Amino acid sequence: MNVISNKWIGQRTIRPDGADKVTGRAAYSADTTMPGLIWGKVLRSPHAHARIRSIDTSKAEALPGVKAVVTAKDIVDFPLDKPVMLGIQDMRWMCRNVMAREKALFHGHPVAAVAATSERIAQEACRLIEVDYEVLPHVIEIEDALKPDAPILHDFIKFDGKPSNIAGKLEHKLGDVDAGFAEADVIVERSFTTRPVHQGYIEPHSCLVSVSGDGKATIWSSSQGQFMVRAMTSLLTGIPQSDIRAFPAEIGGGFGGKTIIYLEPLAVVLSKKSGRPVKMTMTREEVFRASGPTSGSMSTVKIGATKDGRIVAAKGVFYLQAGALPGSPIRGAAGCAFAPYNIPNVHSLGFDVVSNRSKVAAYRAPGAPIGAYAAECVMDELAEALKMDPLELRLRNAAKEGTKAAHGPVFPRIGYEETIRAAMEHPHYSAPLGPNQGRGVASGFWFNAGGESSAQVNITEDGNVVVTTGHPDIGGSRASIANITAELLGIDYRKVSVLIGDTATIGYSNLTGGSRVLFASAMVVTQSTEKVIKTLCERAAKIWKIDPEAVEWEDGEARPAGDNAGKFPALSLAELAARATETGGPIGAGVQANTTGAEGGFATHICDVEVDRELGIVRVLRYTSFQDVGRAVHPSYVEGQMQGGAAQGIGWALSEEYLYDKQGRVDNASFLDYRMPVCSDLPMLDTVMIEVPNPKHPQGVRGVGEVPLVPPLAAVANAVYAALGHRFDSLPMSPPKVLAALEPAEA
Amino acid sequence: MTDIRYLAPRTLDEAVGAFAAAAGAARILAGGTDLLVQMRAGVLRPGLIVDIKKIPEMTSIEETADGGFRIGAAVSGAALADHPKFGQVWPGVLEAVNLIGSTQVQGRASPGGNLCNGSPAGDSVPAMIAAGAIVTVQGPNGRRRMPVEAVPAGPGRTTLAPGEILVSFELPPRPAGSGDAYLRMIPRTEMDIAVVGCGVSLTLQDGVCTAARVGLGAVAPTVLLVEDAAKALIGSKLDDAALEAAAAACRAVCRPINDKRGTIVYRTKVAGVLLKRAAGIAAERAGRA
Repeated sequence: MNVISNKWIGQRTIRPDGADKVTGRAAYSADTTMPGLIWGKVLRSPHAHARIRSIDTSKAEALPGVKAVVTAKDIVDFPLDKPVMLGIQDMRWMCRNVMAREKALFHGHPVAAVAATSERIAQEACRLIEVDYEVLPHVIEIEDALKPDAPILHDFIKFDGKPSNIAGKLEHKLGDVDAGFAEADVIVERSFTTRPVHQGYIEPHSCLVSVSGDGKATIWSSSQGQFMVRAMTSLLTGIPQSDIRAFPAEIGGGFGGKTIIYLEPLAVVLSKKSGRPVKMTMTREEVFRASGPTSGSMSTVKIGATKDGRIVAAKGVFYLQAGALPGSPIRGAAGCAFAPYNIPNVHSLGFDVVSNRSKVAAYRAPGAPIGAYAAECVMDELAEALKMDPLELRLRNAAKEGTKAAHGPVFPRIGYEETIRAAMEHPHYSAPLGPNQGRGVASGFWFNAGGESSAQVNITEDGNVVVTTGHPDIGGSRASIANITAELLGIDYRKVSVLIGDTATIGYSNLTGGSRVLFASAMVVTQSTEKVIKTLCERAAKIWKIDPEAVEWEDGEARPAGDNAGKFPALSLAELAARATETGGPIGAGVQANTTGAEGGFATHICDVEVDRELGIVRVLRYTSFQDVGRAVHPSYVEGQMQGGAAQGIGWALSEEYLYDKQGRVDNASFLDYRMPVCSDLPMLDTVMIEVPNPKHPQGVRGVGEVPLVPPLAAVANAVYAALGHRFDSLPMSPPKVLAALEPAEA
Repeated sequence: MTDIRYLAPRTLDEAVGAFAAAAGAARILAGGTDLLVQMRAGVLRPGLIVDIKKIPEMTSIEETADGGFRIGAAVSGAALADHPKFGQVWPGVLEAVNLIGSTQVQGRASPGGNLCNGSPAGDSVPAMIAAGAIVTVQGPNGRRRMPVEAVPAGPGRTTLAPGEILVSFELPPRPAGSGDAYLRMIPRTEMDIAVVGCGVSLTLQDGVCTAARVGLGAVAPTVLLVEDAAKALIGSKLDDAALEAAAAACRAVCRPINDKRGTIVYRTKVAGVLLKRAAGIAAERAGRA
């Protein structure tokens, strides 16, 4: 399958962060310390929905050991009538998310924060803050938020001219969907619900902030973007970006959840007021209550096909929970649901619904798993109605080069068909199944992204290489960049060190998200390295006193380009580095660009389950992912991405959900009762990488990190249907739900 | 913000003295896998912690003269698993104790702590009840013994009097043809809390069940001894009818709640299923042909 022969690209080289991580030396945000630091703690709303009449912090401030208190009046306000966008985030909502202003909008919403000489004193001081609340009726679920008499979270949000909890709408239209359905011989329509699920990163949000006497702030924090941290903190505190230096700590997982900030602006204000470094770390309970999960959803999908299995029309309506402030990923749900197929008539509609839950944050292909769950379950049902193999139905309708997608683009060369064919031919697809076992398949699409990226490639005096990029590495970008740089320079990858710069040492780089990092940073690193090679050739030319055009770079050394150039012994990187001063100075190059040409990613998954009919337990027995990965620059990392997405999707399908009590409080804010799968819950997750290089990228890179979470929900649901003959249209398929479905009379 | 005092006495008398003197402000620390979690969550703020792990009687496993076992209340799950003989004689009790938490937790967590935590979902408790374990407690008024099922009083509560400390479990000698088993329903495969837990201990003679005990967890405010289930098994050849009768007896005693871990309907159904499965495993261990 791998037709491109390379020395380092495609090799499973030793990851540069590995030794530090397995020996506990890797410095995560909470490992950072400073002399004189004090501790910040957040006071959170005990109510799901309440107007804040007043806040009295005097008793807290009087407590010995308390150095500073912050409330919403210390955070820059963004008036409700004027959107201020930072990427996809609206600062009107961000400023209200980090600190409640007019109202507390969910249980756990920050209301004030305290910094004190110990965590215990800070906690005690939080208890001494008196908040006068006017408790308001709350609403948690989408169906309740949409009722005519529902409590309205925000008076200023209007839908159809009336105050509403529907905060936004997105529509994709292609062709004439009614005419399309009129052509159909078979139409399947079904409604689905999913529950909000958390990204479940191991490392809780944490930061250490020091603001100096002249007002310059330094931030060490765990995030998916040090530049995002800088920009948002700047907007929320009024400190110019040039006076904020944000360091990216090693990150213990993000999955999208660390593309926004919670603690940093509070810590900046506390540090500024107290003159002391301030450290803040969330507890796991705070992470569950107050950081973003992804949306729960209600959706209806209708797909029509002709007798021979040609899809003629598809319609989808997706309601997604935004949490307390607008901004659910309706684009992912409505845009990705039908993207794997060449369908002439599509109408896809998304609604953004607010309710009294913590504000959602990005989660690995935000929204796409929700759309794919509904669409791919209906595809399964359609195949059954057509008496057609479900992969055959997908193959007949697969999007390919030239297909116009409902969300806009015309696809260039993509590898979706290849994933279906590979699945059909794989031994897994034809392996025998036992009693109470079933097999399901599903496909998925994710947009992928490019965007701003900066890189600097420097040759050290001893002839090694240091590459600095600006995106936190959460999926193997350092190892992959080392492979690419070594390949281009023709040197051993161990001679290349790859670092993530802070906001003062590398140019602006967009955050780690959208499966964009390797795509974007490989581009600027490639261009930087090409510049370095050009310089190296020029230096050799100078030494040899020949024309630079007559020098070529090969296998890590400068050589005369043919006999006409003259006969000189090759100059190695080390030799050229040693003579850099006499030949013109230090050797290095940087490139900054807004990268484009990221193309979509596709995957097809096969899942086998076994159901314990007496206990209602669904176990995944075998799972294989087939994905067009463009070019697997570091295959182990690509496989890891595929396995990680499948594992998260299996949890979403079978066991993960937020549970709320009657007061609107999360009832399972711990890893004990928020049931992510543990290792023993899963079989080995098999992967098949299919390399259809992205024609618009120097190494053929396509994003690989997010597609793996798109198909699993439906793959598992379709497998459960195959095992039981019962179609679950509501996730998670937890044991009580499965047992109730098997014995409806008794339940 | 009061300070916490920590004591690690070498003798039981010393421990009881300090514990009783603190009059309710004290907590006993065995493995700490419940206590420290509750303190961290702010549920408990003890003024005194009495660590009993330095008391030899609390951490020893002894085979008694009659062929039974005496297990100190603070013996860890890992220590019990390492004992050369215990797991052969009481595989059901051992598997129940070893289901608590992770490998790391097993290095600390003890059956004594599991019992005194008072959770209806404690894994070792139904297995200990099925085994017919007798506990010894010592308090300001001396020592007393009682069956293990007499200890739980409700969620988070026990019948231990103020100042009393759980000292040990005694498990009786095993007649030939005996076996025990513990099963629990959890949505995951490990690192979870029982939605229902069921322990069965039985003795077979020529294929006929001559003795049986059944313990059922997480279906009522306390872990239950289900005598009607045992009656249904005793005298039978563990045929389908007997197993169904025992399962029905288990379902009949269930008084569960609807909560985040399971529903009333689900827990009640599962209680019967686990009884049948655990009885089957116990019978195989008892040497059923």
